[in-house]
Amino acid sequence: MEFRTFTSPHLPVSGNVPVMMQRVLLALLPGIASATWLFGWGILINILLAAITAVVAEAAMLALRHKPVAVPLQDYSAVITGMLLALALPPLTPWWIPVIGSLFAIVVAKQLYGGLGYNPFNPAMAGYVVLLISFPLELTLWPAAGDYPPLSDTLVLVFTNSLPAGATLDALTMATPMDSIKTQLGLNETISEIRTSGLFGFAGGHGWEWINFAYLLGGLALLKLRVIQWQIPVSLLGSLFLVALLFYLLNPDGYTSPLFHLFSGATMLAAFFIATDPVSASTTLRGRLLFGAGIGLLIFVIRTWGGYPDGVAFAVLLMNMAAPTIDHYTRPRVFGQSRTP
Amino acid sequence: MTAMHYTTNPGRTRDIRLHRFHGGLKLPSHSAISMSLPVANAGIPAELVIPLQQHIGETAIPLVRPGERVLKGQMIAAPRGTVSAPVHASSSGTVTAIEARAFPHPSGMTASSIVIATDGKDEWQTADSHFTDYRQTTPAELLEHIRNAGIVGLGGAGFPTGVKLGTAANRAIDLLLINGVECEPYITCDNMLMQERAREILAGTHILQHILNPQHCIIAIEDGMPAAGAALRTALNEAGEENIEVVSVPEIYPSGGERQLIKVLTGHEVPGQGFPSDIGIVCQNVGTAAAVYQAVVHNHPLVSRLVTVTGEGVRQPRNLDTLIGTPFSYLVAACGGYTADVDRLLMGGPMMGFAVHTDDTPVIKTTNCILAVTREEMPAPPPALPCIRCSKCTEVCPADLLPQQLYLHAHSGNLDAAQDYNLFDCIECGCCAHVCPSHIPLVQYYRHAKTEIWSQEKQKKAADIARRRHEARLARLERIKRERAERMARKKQAVAGKDEKRKDAKQAAIQAALERVRQKKTQTGVTPKNTDNLTPEQQEEIREVDRRRQH
Repeated sequence: MEFRTFTSPHLPVSGNVPVMMQRVLLALLPGIASATWLFGWGILINILLAAITAVVAEAAMLALRHKPVAVPLQDYSAVITGMLLALALPPLTPWWIPVIGSLFAIVVAKQLYGGLGYNPFNPAMAGYVVLLISFPLELTLWPAAGDYPPLSDTLVLVFTNSLPAGATLDALTMATPMDSIKTQLGLNETISEIRTSGLFGFAGGHGWEWINFAYLLGGLALLKLRVIQWQIPVSLLGSLFLVALLFYLLNPDGYTSPLFHLFSGATMLAAFFIATDPVSASTTLRGRLLFGAGIGLLIFVIRTWGGYPDGVAFAVLLMNMAAPTIDHYTRPRVFGQSRTP
Repeated sequence: MTAMHYTTNPGRTRDIRLHRFHGGLKLPSHSAISMSLPVANAGIPAELVIPLQQHIGETAIPLVRPGERVLKGQMIAAPRGTVSAPVHASSSGTVTAIEARAFPHPSGMTASSIVIATDGKDEWQTADSHFTDYRQTTPAELLEHIRNAGIVGLGGAGFPTGVKLGTAANRAIDLLLINGVECEPYITCDNMLMQERAREILAGTHILQHILNPQHCIIAIEDGMPAAGAALRTALNEAGEENIEVVSVPEIYPSGGERQLIKVLTGHEVPGQGFPSDIGIVCQNVGTAAAVYQAVVHNHPLVSRLVTVTGEGVRQPRNLDTLIGTPFSYLVAACGGYTADVDRLLMGGPMMGFAVHTDDTPVIKTTNCILAVTREEMPAPPPALPCIRCSKCTEVCPADLLPQQLYLHAHSGNLDAAQDYNLFDCIECGCCAHVCPSHIPLVQYYRHAKTEIWSQEKQKKAADIARRRHEARLARLERIKRERAERMARKKQAVAGKDEKRKDAKQAAIQAALERVRQKKTQTGVTPKNTDNLTPEQQEEIREVDRRRQH
């Protein structure tokens, strides 16, 4: 009797990229829900625009590169890139912001480098940084937490760039807590003085702490499902906490608390969803500890002394650059070999 | 490195501290399906196909001709070189051919095999040598006997046991490790052997102890083998054996691998390119120990082994005591035949075994399992997606390699870089490919890269040899030319010298003659005269004449 032959191992495979990506999408849902709850419809509009643009751009680029289109689209990686970019954008930003960011992320940062698996930089963060540098004003259009315009006004604002009747942009938008605190610290105010202004919530920036908690929840689910590994989130949050603690202990009035750093801005999104992008991260187990710790440290440095209120995107991109070097120096000692290679 | 304390032998106080190796997998065991029935004798197939090479090393040289009658246990092929093992007829019958036949190999290649039409008598060759008591025999003699019995490692690659023991016998051995850890799913032949033939294993272990004289001896089993453990302990108790311990290790694939098991039990790592005996350890499979017993005590060479026939694709999975050379199809028929939805036939386990394309393939010394599976049980692998560098492979690699880097380099044909990433430390256990979410056939890439490097080295070696031969030839031609020239010169000189000499001799002779004449002249002062015999009157007359002449 004749049989078909296959190569070993024969046991059914246990993992699956599309399933991993689906789980990442599902794990983002609590964060998306809380962001929408606090900042309104704009969040969902951004997600839709960015995700659709990402998928269309991916398909177009694959077709241009004469690659099969159907299978790669089913891995959800383009959707995730679009969503992560959208989640970093302010909800009242014009429609072309998520579109341009998403286009850059997919076309330049991902496909021109060879597509999934070959991009040295996190595409979502590359897209975000392009927007941040090119359109700084449009990236400040955050409403106050819990005080966002209704859906119709949001749609008008996003798609026609005209303000609803009787509204001013200043009235609709407000600096984020991190931005305000940075500004006020720059004006030599102390943390205890700033604290009276209601910028702080119970843990992080007012409102933002909820979003961070939601991402933490989703991230823990990913850890539990073994979609991501603990090294990057733990080292990222750990190093950010420790360096923030050090400066906080030295001068509690000049620096925000370590808890504030963990639960403000994009910390939890970065720790569990952005820095854990396997393609652009370090691949060795020890290397990932260094990679995460580096991002945590850079986030603190940029937030504290840099020109931007938050530093996730720059921190991630800088460590992306360092990843190959980290990998080179953190190769594990091979079984039965006396030294590390 | 977490270590746990294990109470191995209830009633015995010594604890063995177990260690861990990096990575590995917890796999479903699938062992129950082939263990519901006891071991049965598979019987004698009408035709046995016995390949001349059944393991790593050199091909054996046939000792029989087609048409010749052979007896069970008769050596039908002799080893060639050191790393080789003889092959014996597994039953009595007539040799019908020595030809290329299907061979269990991933490539589906054929191999030169001795084909025996069996006569059903299963007649043993009469024992000529026999050890009444192996304890009175020197290790060297036992080694020779084991080598002649064609025993190879029955757990894995089938390295000739005589060679392995021979290397170790010259060294101080601290630990003899009898490996009953059958870590691949489905395979149960070692487990059943321990349950049913623990005494043979123990007896074989004693022989190995006699040869190696180790300080300690451990029989290692897996946590999921309580019955095997009980059988072994009963055998130990019966024998009053106090110095051999049965140790159970956690079920983590591939803890049955020699290097991994040594790590688990001792915490030591066998050097990358070295052997266990380099660190004073010898590891033998339980089946090998039983085969040593059969060879030494019963003078039976290795002509049969236990084979697990299992999987959803076979009706009545079980373990069969099988003659080497039995076709897979015969064994499957002995297990009730295939189910309707059988899809794939493997030799070995589902992790390291390989698919064969025909069931004409014969059982060889290293065939521990025949696995017939359905499409549902092991679906065809989904198409490979790009590597997303998720490092799940790195997490599970028991050799601490970076599989995705190896893949990257093997994929791009950068073989030097792959070697730099320790390609040859890969044991091809398949853990990385099993967890790969992109379904990349990683092991296949590593095998390909290894083969490529080997063939390049072979080519290089061949080129080196050719170059050396060419250079040697040029040198030889040069030498011959030079020598001829020298010889010619010498000859010329010799000839010239001879002429000279001849001339000299002539001259000398003339000279000598002249000299003699001159001397004679001076001696006598006169020229000789022919006048002595004349009468005095005649002499007076002559004198008168002379006188007149002088005036």
